[in-house]
Amino acid sequence: MATTTQTTSAHHGDHGHAAHGPELQHHFETPAQQKEAATLGMWAFLVTEVMLFGGIFLAYAVYRWAFPDVWAEAAHHLNTPLGTVNTVVLLVSSLTVALAVNAAEHGRRTRLLQLLGVTLVLGVAFLGIKAFEYSEKFAHCAGYKTPIAWATGGELLGEQECLVPGRAFAFPAEHGAATEEHASTNKTPHQLFYLLYFIATGLHAVHMLIGLTIVSILTFLAWRGFFTPTYFTPVEIGGLYWHLIDVVWVFLFPLFYLVH
Amino acid sequence: MATTALPGRGYLEDDTPTVWSWVKAWLLTVDHKRIAILYLLSINFFFLLGGLAATVVRIELVTPQGDLLSSDLYNRAFTLHGIIMVFFFLIPVIPAVLGNFLVPLMIGARDLAFPRLNLLSWYLYMAGGIFALSAAVFGGVDTGWTFYTPFSSTYANSNVILTIAGAFIMGFSSIATGLNFIVTIHTMRAPGMTWFRLPLFIWASYATSLIIVLATPVVGITLLLLAIERLWGVGIFDPALGGDPVLFQHLFWFYSHPAVYIMILPGFGVISELIATFSRRRIFGYEFIAFSSMAIALLGFLVWGHHMFVSSQSVYAGLVFSFITMLVAIPSAIKVFNWTATLYKGSISYRTPMLYALGFIGLFVIGGLTGIFLGVVAIDIHVTDTYFVVAHFHYVMVGGTIMAYLGGLHFWWPKMTGRMYNEVWGGISALVIFVGFNMTFFPQFVLGYLGMPRRYHVYPQEFQVLHVLSSSGATVLAIGFIVPIIYLMFSLWKGKPAGNNPWEATGLEWQVSSPPPTHNFTRIPVVTSEAYAFPPEAAERDAASWRPGSPL
Amino acid sequence: MRDFPLFPQQASTFAGPIDTLYGVLVLLSLIFGGVLPFIILYLMVRYHRSQKADRANAPHGSIPLELTWTVIPLILVMGVFFWGAFLYIQMRTPPQRTLEIYVIGKQWMWHTQHPNGKRENNELHVPVGQPVKLIMTSQDVIHSFFIPAFRVKQDVVPGRYTTMWFEATQEGEFHLFCAEYCGTEHSLMGGRVVAMSLSDYERWLATPGEVILPDGSSGVVSVAPMAAMGDPMALVGGQLFSNLGCAGCHRDDGAGVGPSLVGLYGNQEKLADGSTILADENYLRESILNPGAKIVAGYANVMPSYDGQVSEDQLNQLIAYIKSLSDAGSSGN
Repeated sequence: MATTTQTTSAHHGDHGHAAHGPELQHHFETPAQQKEAATLGMWAFLVTEVMLFGGIFLAYAVYRWAFPDVWAEAAHHLNTPLGTVNTVVLLVSSLTVALAVNAAEHGRRTRLLQLLGVTLVLGVAFLGIKAFEYSEKFAHCAGYKTPIAWATGGELLGEQECLVPGRAFAFPAEHGAATEEHASTNKTPHQLFYLLYFIATGLHAVHMLIGLTIVSILTFLAWRGFFTPTYFTPVEIGGLYWHLIDVVWVFLFPLFYLVH
Repeated sequence: MATTALPGRGYLEDDTPTVWSWVKAWLLTVDHKRIAILYLLSINFFFLLGGLAATVVRIELVTPQGDLLSSDLYNRAFTLHGIIMVFFFLIPVIPAVLGNFLVPLMIGARDLAFPRLNLLSWYLYMAGGIFALSAAVFGGVDTGWTFYTPFSSTYANSNVILTIAGAFIMGFSSIATGLNFIVTIHTMRAPGMTWFRLPLFIWASYATSLIIVLATPVVGITLLLLAIERLWGVGIFDPALGGDPVLFQHLFWFYSHPAVYIMILPGFGVISELIATFSRRRIFGYEFIAFSSMAIALLGFLVWGHHMFVSSQSVYAGLVFSFITMLVAIPSAIKVFNWTATLYKGSISYRTPMLYALGFIGLFVIGGLTGIFLGVVAIDIHVTDTYFVVAHFHYVMVGGTIMAYLGGLHFWWPKMTGRMYNEVWGGISALVIFVGFNMTFFPQFVLGYLGMPRRYHVYPQEFQVLHVLSSSGATVLAIGFIVPIIYLMFSLWKGKPAGNNPWEATGLEWQVSSPPPTHNFTRIPVVTSEAYAFPPEAAERDAASWRPGSPL
Repeated sequence: MRDFPLFPQQASTFAGPIDTLYGVLVLLSLIFGGVLPFIILYLMVRYHRSQKADRANAPHGSIPLELTWTVIPLILVMGVFFWGAFLYIQMRTPPQRTLEIYVIGKQWMWHTQHPNGKRENNELHVPVGQPVKLIMTSQDVIHSFFIPAFRVKQDVVPGRYTTMWFEATQEGEFHLFCAEYCGTEHSLMGGRVVAMSLSDYERWLATPGEVILPDGSSGVVSVAPMAAMGDPMALVGGQLFSNLGCAGCHRDDGAGVGPSLVGLYGNQEKLADGSTILADENYLRESILNPGAKIVAGYANVMPSYDGQVSEDQLNQLIAYIKSLSDAGSSGN
């Protein structure tokens, strides 16, 4: 710049940290700037996450449009009650995270710890239920009715059903006798539905794991008294991430479980 | 021009007592300038590797029989060339090297918003590179850089997974850089640095970062889906299940077309800086150049289907994509005209960076115009998947991105290293590259229109003359690329000290010492003027001061 | 110049118009890409720092100028777009009556079958002056059928039919290439297109020859005499139709469990969900391989899938047969 003047700014080159807390990194001028950067960064990151799932949603849309009947038929074989429970679990966890951010803002450390703890429990519960749903599908492929039966050698599944895509895939025959005659071929678009189901929910579960790690770290930091009413940005942006996971599920649930 | 040296140690200096602590000081640095140097070294290493693969390809094509390499080896060579050049050179090169170095300096910030994320991006880049290279070492990959299904998912018996993993990890590196730029440009501009006072390189970097953030995740998920298909044995692109292999192409090009703009937009930014500085006057039509970058970024997301005109797309889709493709030509043309107008009544000097910039315009115009040929569906049907396409994208990528990168590297080399390089050798190599480039790729337009398909190892006799011409041009081009490596390295030892502002350029980066101090600015500057604020008489004064013997 | 041509041969009705458009584009490019460098060169020299020149009042921007160089290129590219678009629509709209040849691509050869059952490998014989429509599919990866002299190219995709048409104008031999990278011997997956006069073509059709069938076996293919041209492929398809038991349900009188296929091809079919669909090759293909996808109104979803039971080759024959049941589908000249 031709006419640039050097002025004294709030933050001097000698990196004195007198005016603010130690959490201000050297390259930021003010805590407000740092917070703005962190928040914007998280939002930008959330956009990348939306685009990541967007690819799956696009594939979903293309195939649902191509095979509407198959989609409706296939969706009936997902465990909708468990999916509903999981939706409720996640929505409640979003609430607890929002309350946790609020607690951090008001400097209520015990409450913050409690709410983060509840969030962790809910997150683990979600993954537990998800794991049960998955193992149910694998148990059916092995010929057992439930995962427990599979482990203990218990009750067998009456009809042949295997909803895990692959060579053993077998979609149970429902419509007329014709399908039985030609049971030899399992190469139907039903597999596409379950593939997308496993990929989308699997990717979501991976994000849950990352989210749980973040909340665990936040809990640890909160326990150490790291956050103050003036500095709780990590709780805020961690919360944003958790909400994103929640929102993705809110889309996944109806798209996979509630298709007619 | 304020050229007072500011106190503070140059970022290259160390007081580390042992070699190990010196290595640590570099490999664990969070200084954006050191990270830029790490990128510079690693990206240029990949460029040389990609160039080596290209050399093998060009030597093979001298004869039509395919007698040097087996067809499998040839396929692996061009795939390696494509993957390295696209994912590990063209996409990161300007943002990660020049952008990393310049974005904070140009906007008056001490560093990027997330310095550790920035370092992580370099490690991700290296990790991705190691995956891709290990794929090459363990037998290579033969899918072409486009990984089309079902060939890549079911039929190829090469290291597809390793390569995909490399590209996937590299994607995270891009995202980290893009995200960092967006946040930095939004939140860390110096007081008075309004959006319309930003240097055009910053506008271009910003537009690029938006594309990176929006598009890269899509190729991430696409490659993931492909990897799942390969590992699991069933996949969503499998036609046997009713899946659509062309869906892969849609998802792939939804990223990879915008990726073209990830490669070229930062180049536009560099050229704007060079043209203004070496014409000694304010850039013509600043707002139009800035907004055309944003327009290209936006339109770039709507034209992916023009890669698939013959892939069984519907006629309507073809027409829509063709129409929007025509529109993309306009902002690119606006830039070229504005650059040309900047020369008018300037005081032009033929320094090495300016030679690259002028070369860029010439080559980019050809690349852009042939892009219109390809956007017209009726012509695209004939020339797609032929050497015409190969020539077109090399004109844009090599003639555009690499010329801009080299121009920028020469322009900011004194700032990065504190040393001047040899101007004579600089000029010679710029000319050699320009000539070699045209010799290599112009014949390929003719080849393509004649019908020579791309990715052919063996070809009909009548194409040989043009292939030999192209290969001989490639030899010249290779020399042109090697010479700068030598004199730039040499300048580190023998180059004369550059001073803070050897080009008498505007811009905050020229106000700090060369090389800049670790935290860039001791005090954050306050900006009171627009970008390229050369005084009205700057050009006249510069011309008046010219005497025989001054630099041309 | 035999070994060093600059333009490809023009051997189809498309070649002329496309070359004209190409030529106009080259001309426009020369105006822009040729003149602009000279302006730049002029400015470079005129305003070099060593030159005395008037540098006062240099403009920093000009809206009229910006508008000029936005609007003029815009008008030009729009003109080019519409020109190209009309040509494109023409290239994608085959005439009513065409000679239909089935093409199967596989790693790394082309297999073609003419209406009378005559097959060939890596070659395509076509008559001059007759519109020819290729109905193409792939057995494995994506290929692309490319005849430079005809200026036509179309990807050949597994799991569906793609079509392209052309009319040769010149007798001779032309290159046939695979233009979509398809693996190891991609560059060898090609051969020649032989355009011949109609009488030569008819004579050629009647000569039996030995070919490799798409399943890899080789065999001498007997061909029907010319009089029956247009039928034999459909004839084999018809035999297949009864062997597979299709005729049991798809009775011609429409009284069967499945809809009658007479007059189906080329017409709109009403589906169970109320929509209608054009019964083209891809619809027939899908209905054989995945019958549940689109159910005809008034019929139940009871047909088993024939996926994996019929080869691509047999599928082509079945479709040729079904098409022969419809006026719109009868091929020939």
